[in-house]
Amino acid sequence: MESSAADARDNIRSRCRLRTVSRVLVVLVPAAALGGCAGGVLQPKGPIGAANAKILLDAVGIMSVIVVPTIVGLVAIGWWFRASNTRARYQPRFVYSGRLEIIVWSIPLLVIMFLGGLTWIGSHELDPFVPIASNAKDPPLEVQVISLDWKWLFIYPQQRVASVNELVIPAGTPVHFFLTSASVMNQFFVPQLGSMIATMNGMQTQLHLQADRPGSYYGLSAQFSGDGFSGMHFTVRAVSQDDFEHWVAATQQSGGPVLDRNGYFDLLRESCDVKPFTYHSADPALFAAIVKRNLPPGPGPYVGRAGPGVRPIGCG
Amino acid sequence: MLGKLTLNAIPFDQPIPLIAGGLVFLVLIAVIAWVVIRGHLPYLWHEWITSVDHKRIGVMYTLLGLVMLLRGFIDAIMIRSQQALAFHAPGYLPPEHYDQVFSAHGTIMIFFAAMPLMIGLMNFAVPLQLGVRDVAFPTFNSTSFWLTATGALLVNLSLVIGEFSRAMWLPYPPLSEYRYSPDVGVDYYLWALQIAGVGTLLTGINFVTTILKIRAPGMSYLRMPVFCWTALAANLLIIAAFPVLTATLAMLLLDRYLGFHFFTNSGGGNMMMFVNLIWAWGHPEVYILVLPAFGIFSEVIATFSGKPLFGYRSMVAATMGICLISFLVWLHHFFTMGAGGDVNAVFGIATAIIAVPTGVKIFNWMFTMYGGRIRFTTPMLWALGFTVTFVIGGMTGVLVSVPPADFMVHNSLFLVAHFHNVIIGGVLFGAFAGVTYWFPKAFGFRLHEGWGKAAFWLSLAGFYITFVPLYAVGLLGMTRRLQTYDVAEWRPWVLAAGVGILVLCGALACQIMQFIVSIRQRELLRDLTGDPWNGRSLEWSTASPPPAFNFAVLPNVEGEEPYWEIKRRAIETQQLTAEPDYKPIEMPRNSPTGFITAFFCTITGFALIWHIWWMVGLGLFGAYVVFVWFAWRDREEHVIPAEDVAEADRARRRVRAQWLAQNEREEWLAAHAEVSEPA
Repeated sequence: MESSAADARDNIRSRCRLRTVSRVLVVLVPAAALGGCAGGVLQPKGPIGAANAKILLDAVGIMSVIVVPTIVGLVAIGWWFRASNTRARYQPRFVYSGRLEIIVWSIPLLVIMFLGGLTWIGSHELDPFVPIASNAKDPPLEVQVISLDWKWLFIYPQQRVASVNELVIPAGTPVHFFLTSASVMNQFFVPQLGSMIATMNGMQTQLHLQADRPGSYYGLSAQFSGDGFSGMHFTVRAVSQDDFEHWVAATQQSGGPVLDRNGYFDLLRESCDVKPFTYHSADPALFAAIVKRNLPPGPGPYVGRAGPGVRPIGCG
Repeated sequence: MLGKLTLNAIPFDQPIPLIAGGLVFLVLIAVIAWVVIRGHLPYLWHEWITSVDHKRIGVMYTLLGLVMLLRGFIDAIMIRSQQALAFHAPGYLPPEHYDQVFSAHGTIMIFFAAMPLMIGLMNFAVPLQLGVRDVAFPTFNSTSFWLTATGALLVNLSLVIGEFSRAMWLPYPPLSEYRYSPDVGVDYYLWALQIAGVGTLLTGINFVTTILKIRAPGMSYLRMPVFCWTALAANLLIIAAFPVLTATLAMLLLDRYLGFHFFTNSGGGNMMMFVNLIWAWGHPEVYILVLPAFGIFSEVIATFSGKPLFGYRSMVAATMGICLISFLVWLHHFFTMGAGGDVNAVFGIATAIIAVPTGVKIFNWMFTMYGGRIRFTTPMLWALGFTVTFVIGGMTGVLVSVPPADFMVHNSLFLVAHFHNVIIGGVLFGAFAGVTYWFPKAFGFRLHEGWGKAAFWLSLAGFYITFVPLYAVGLLGMTRRLQTYDVAEWRPWVLAAGVGILVLCGALACQIMQFIVSIRQRELLRDLTGDPWNGRSLEWSTASPPPAFNFAVLPNVEGEEPYWEIKRRAIETQQLTAEPDYKPIEMPRNSPTGFITAFFCTITGFALIWHIWWMVGLGLFGAYVVFVWFAWRDREEHVIPAEDVAEADRARRRVRAQWLAQNEREEWLAAHAEVSEPA
């Protein structure tokens, strides 16, 4: 009870800090003028997203120290030394200064060294393959993610259920994703939860994310994957642990389809704007078979016909 | 007989490409008809198409770049308007068309707009700045241009015959493999780039040879103008990087045509190899484009500040530093492929290191302006707009080089805004600065300042109104290449970007007006001196437009700013140098080799795209015959008699004598002397 209250306080504090930094940004970079936006990467709802956003804002802050004066200097010097300004001193022989050279080389170098440290530490701590340090007693939830033409399949190997275009996770519990692709490359991306990661056929990537509180988060593909790409978005529903267990039980008992090899082959064909649905039973060995290429990759649009104007089947 | 080509290839059911293609076709026919009827064909053939003069080729490259820029911009308008309309709605471009539009936009802008603009300006200015008569291999140069034009032609042909690639401007497999893209779109892309890529490689060889081996007497490496240094760096990069592109695309072609498995999903292929290889070319390519632009800005800022460039050696070191490091950073284009902390960190830091020499350049431009007497002409405005815009683009660039930050914005519209920030703010502004700066040298009259300035201010405003919202919407999680979307928070930003593109349309209209008005008022804008900007390097020492042989006598270079030195000495001694002893000059003969080779390459490319094998054979045979025929030629050069040289140069000397008479010695020296006390 106490710890959760402290957590909430910490959360609020870190959120406020982000707010303050982004307020500063509003002045520095008009692009960050995001006021009360919802759903962006600067409004993270989980530890990975918050850490990434912090690094992003820190980097902007560090660079602003040099970038803002430079811009001001360029404009001011450009204006002051205009030909019509009789008060400006004309110095055509000012073409070299060893001292200035040392300064102009060392300032960017120092900034980059500082930023390099940030990069080194951040790259290791926030490597998508690295598990989230968590004191939660529950082990991380495992989810296998498969990108297909053009929808997302989520298999819960421990629960033996699966869903399409909707991902339900327990809030406060780290989720360990294993990802691959059934056909072309995609990127799994939930902006508010944090890092994105590529999905590639014949390969497995990993990602650790966590939603701190229940809520609905927008997820999408960040890698163009063909004509149905725009429809490849999904909702992440973070729910309480109890609700998650209820959802699993309800899905298992529902009369939905079964995800076995045949069910997978049905799903493998190209289709667009697929409405979310669930499988009441899923084969947990499917994922490994796809990664090892024991199952054929997605068939693409109409094999055998190669004329112009090839259009995907099953899409508008 | 015609391979895959049937009447179905013409998109009768798609009005937009059909009408667009039809219009382009009609305009083309009209232009050709006008040329033929007015009897301009012999002039065009002898003076331009078969010309091996680097200045003419430079002008043609620049023109090709500007026309393709227009085409790419129309694609940009379509992308922005589709997204503006596509909130909870299909918009007006179906996916299979929209995907072609953004693929074509990227391909055309990089390969057929930005590259020809930069290569065109290098072609025009580098030999003049080096004080020589032509590039090392003039016929090669003509061939390069026509092969690039072939690529552009093939890309545009896809509008009406078949379709263009739907697999992005860099065709990532397996999407671009035959299994997922069985149509001819990717083939159009691949063959257009293979043919144009050969042309670009030839350009690289040509310019590196020219800069290393052919310079005016006394022009040591450290007396070359900075633009020549950046041209050297860019062409070294071309030589090193373009073979990688050719090989990578060749592997994809083998996959598609002969069933190889370099990058396929089956048979042990690995698409990550393609992604690595294509960016091993792709990142240096960015610097191939922007380094010459840096060179242009160095020339422009020094000239219009009335000062030599600050920290010349530092600039040279920074240029060559960027040239080297640009090969060590390619992995930052795919941090999210999961390479792990060590790899990501190394490439992230390597990327950030490029910001050091780039930052040095910015500071040196700043100090060049410091103590100057700045004239805000159109080229100078482009240069100033560039410095501020590029600093912002550089900052967002370093930002995405930090892997954890990149994990949040990779492939988002933030990234799109970043690279437009550096490519528009850097390369395009540089091209416009270069075009307005060297236009009077090429044609003997200036471009209209009023329209030029209007174009600049609208471009600057339009750029920010378009791309600042894209930065913002990228931070809201909107990814690139979406044909429709349903997130309400994104909409205002997407609409704002749509307004920006309208402002950019205004800028474009001003650019076109600038050319029209300038040509109509050319007598008013005429420059007889050959030195309209009070320039400092050798290209301003000859007449405008320069004679075919550039310089009657090769100049003797004794410092970093040879022409400034010549002017100063003329003022001080109150006389021009003694009239030289004119000799006949040998110049390379015009040759249709490039044009005819490119003609056969067009046939070959088209036939390969549509699998018309007999025509492939014909095209290759034709190209080979042209090569043999060219190799067997026995007359390579023609001689310009000494009298003609003397006549041209005496006219120039009369103009310079007038200039000398108009400038009082004391006045001139006082105007250009160091001011010790504020006036």
